[in-house]
Amino acid sequence: MKYLPLLWAALWRRKPRTIFTGLSIAVSFLLFGLLNAFNQALNSGVELSGSDRLITTGKYSLTQLLPYGHYQQILNIEGVSRATHASWFGGVYQTERNFFPQFVTDVQTYLALYPELVLPAEQREALRLNRSGAVVARTLADRFGWSVGDRVPIRATIWPQKDNGNAWEFDLVGIFDTRNPRERGQYEMMLLPYTYFDEARRFGRGMVGWFVSEIESGADAVAVGRAVDEQFANSPFPTRSQTEKAFNQAFLKQLGDIGFIISSIMGAVLFTLLLLTGNTMMQSVRERIPELAVLKTLGFAGHQLLALVLAESVTLCLLSAAIGIGLTGLLIPLLVPHLPGGFAGMTLGPQAWLQGLGIASGLALLVGVPPALRAQRLDIVQALGGH
Amino acid sequence: MRPLIELRQVCKHYRRGGQSVPVLHALDLEIQAGDFLALMGPSGSGKTTLLNLIGGLDRASSGSVIVDGQALEPLSSGQLANWRARNVGFVFQFYNLLPVLSAARNVELPLLLTGLNSAQRARHVAAALAVVGLADRARHRPTELSGGQAQRVAIARALVADPTLLVCDEPTGDLDRKTADEVLTLLQELNREHGKTIIMVTHDPKAAEFATHRLHLDKGQLVGVEHQGP
Ligand SMILES: Nc1ncnc2c1ncn2[C@@H]1O[C@H](COP(=O)(O)OP(=O)(O)O)[C@@H](O)[C@H]1O
Ligand SMILES: [Mg+2]
Repeated sequence: MKYLPLLWAALWRRKPRTIFTGLSIAVSFLLFGLLNAFNQALNSGVELSGSDRLITTGKYSLTQLLPYGHYQQILNIEGVSRATHASWFGGVYQTERNFFPQFVTDVQTYLALYPELVLPAEQREALRLNRSGAVVARTLADRFGWSVGDRVPIRATIWPQKDNGNAWEFDLVGIFDTRNPRERGQYEMMLLPYTYFDEARRFGRGMVGWFVSEIESGADAVAVGRAVDEQFANSPFPTRSQTEKAFNQAFLKQLGDIGFIISSIMGAVLFTLLLLTGNTMMQSVRERIPELAVLKTLGFAGHQLLALVLAESVTLCLLSAAIGIGLTGLLIPLLVPHLPGGFAGMTLGPQAWLQGLGIASGLALLVGVPPALRAQRLDIVQALGGH
Repeated sequence: MRPLIELRQVCKHYRRGGQSVPVLHALDLEIQAGDFLALMGPSGSGKTTLLNLIGGLDRASSGSVIVDGQALEPLSSGQLANWRARNVGFVFQFYNLLPVLSAARNVELPLLLTGLNSAQRARHVAAALAVVGLADRARHRPTELSGGQAQRVAIARALVADPTLLVCDEPTGDLDRKTADEVLTLLQELNREHGKTIIMVTHDPKAAEFATHRLHLDKGQLVGVEHQGP
C-alpha cells in the first residue's frame, strides 16, 4: 500500500502515452465484450430450443420446398404426437432496415407446438374464428406500434400474389409473448396464416418449407426422425429430419463458425495490443533506468523493482480492460433495440468478466515480465555512470 | 579506536571489450567516524569508483572494504541493498530526484524500506526537510525547485533514515558558487552537529576547504592525505 504513490506516479509519468495505451486496451476489451455477448446471443438460441421437437426439411437443401401432403403422413408416424409446418415468407415491412422473420404456418398448431409462446385466451379464440389472422411477438408489436385489429402491410420479396403484386396485408389478431423473458429474442417473429397465403399466392401452391413435429414423451427422437425420412425416401421429395437443437446448430454452422471468427478477431486484436502495450512498458522502463538505479541505490532490492514494474503493468492492463468491459455492459442495452431480433439475448455475464480480466492479466504478465526483469537485473554503477 | 571505514589492498578493474582495465591499485585507507573527507583528483582518477565501493554500490575486484565492522564482500546483493538502506545516504551531482514525486515523497523513499507507519514517516520527512531548510517546499515537484533546493532535498533524502555515513559525489558540481557554499555549509553542519561521517568527491579546492580531511587520488592511487583539525 505504501508503494501506491510510487506506482501511481510511475504510471502517469507520461500522461499522453498512458492514456493512449489505456484507451487502446479499453477499446479492445470493449470489442471483446461485444463479441462475447454476441456469441452468447447466438448460442442461447441453440441452448434454449427443445430437443423434443423434430425439424423435417428437404433432404438436400433447406430451401427445397416439400409438398403439404407430407403433413398427414408425418402425423401418422409412430412417436409423433403433433406436427405443424412452416415456410419462409421473407417480406419487408416498410423498409429493409426493419428486418424480422415471418413464417407462413398453421398458426394454431404452431403455437401448440411451442408452449413457450403464450397468447391471451381471447386472442386464441379470435384466431380460431379468423383463419386468416396473423400473430406477432410482443417485442415487434412494441417496436412498430402495432395493436390487435391492425392491418399490417408486408411487401413480398419471394411470394407475389395472383392479382395484387407484392403488396400483402394481414389482420393482426394476436400478440404473443414468451413465458421466459430471456427467450424473447429467439422468438422475435411474425406468424402468417397458411390457408389465406396459399390461396392468394401466384405460384408454389401446396408447397411448404419444413415440418415441425412433437415427439411423444418416451419416444426416441432420432429413431422417429429416421422413420419420417424412410417414409419419404422413395418419394420425389425425400426429407432429412433432425432434432431442433441439431438443426439450429447446423444452421449456425452455415452462417460460418462464429466462435472461430470471434476468436480470430480477438486473436488479432490481442496480438496488436501485445505489441503496443509491450512497447509502452519497455519504453517506460527504458527511460526510467536512472530513476530505477536511484531506487536501487537507496536500498530497494531487485525483486522489489520487479514487483513494482509488474504492478504497473497489471494496474494499467486490468484497469483499462475493466473500463472497456464495463462500457460494453452499458452499451448493450442501448444497442439491442437497434439490432435484429436474434441479438436480443446479448448479455455480459460474469463469465465474460472473468474471461476478459483473465486475458488482461495474461497480457499484463506478458508485457510486464521482460521490463520487470530488466529492472531487477539493473546494474547501478552502469546505469548511473553512463558507461 | 577502530576506524569507521577500512580499505585493505582494494583493487578494482573493469572489463571492457574483453580487456581488463585497472582503475584502483591496492588501496589502503582508514576513515574515522566523524570525519568529513574531501576526495580529490583529476577526472578519471577513480574517485567515483572508490566512493561506489565504500557505499556498497559496487564490489572490489580484490581486497576488502569494512564499514563499521562489517566486511562488504561476503554480502549477497540483496543483503548489500539492505545494508545500504540502513547505513549509507547518497548525494549525487545531478540530485537524482524522481521527477514525478513531490519533494516530501522523494525524501520518504528510503523510509518505505523501514517498518515505520505513515504518520512516523511523515514526521521523519518533515524533520529532514526542516534540517535542510525546506520545510515549506514539501509539496513541490523537483522541476519547481532551483538547483540548490533540489540538492538540499536530495540531502534530506540521504539523511532521513539516519545513516552513519553520507557519500556525496560532486554534490556542488552543478551549482553556482553561492549556492554551492550554502550546500557545503549544510554538509559541514551535518558533520559537526549531527555527527555524520561524510565522504565527498570534488575537484573544487574551495569545496574541499569545508572538509576536515582531504585525500588526493591520481591514476587509482592515493597521493597524499591532508589534515585540517576541526
Ligand atoms: N562501469 C564502468 N565500466 C568501465 N569503465 C569504467 C566504469 N566506471 C568507471 N570506469 C573507468 O574507470 C576510470 C575511473 O572512473 P571514475 O571512478 O568515474 O573516475 P572519476 O570519478 O575520478 O572521474 C575511468 O577511466 C572510467 O572510464
Ligand atoms: Mg566521478
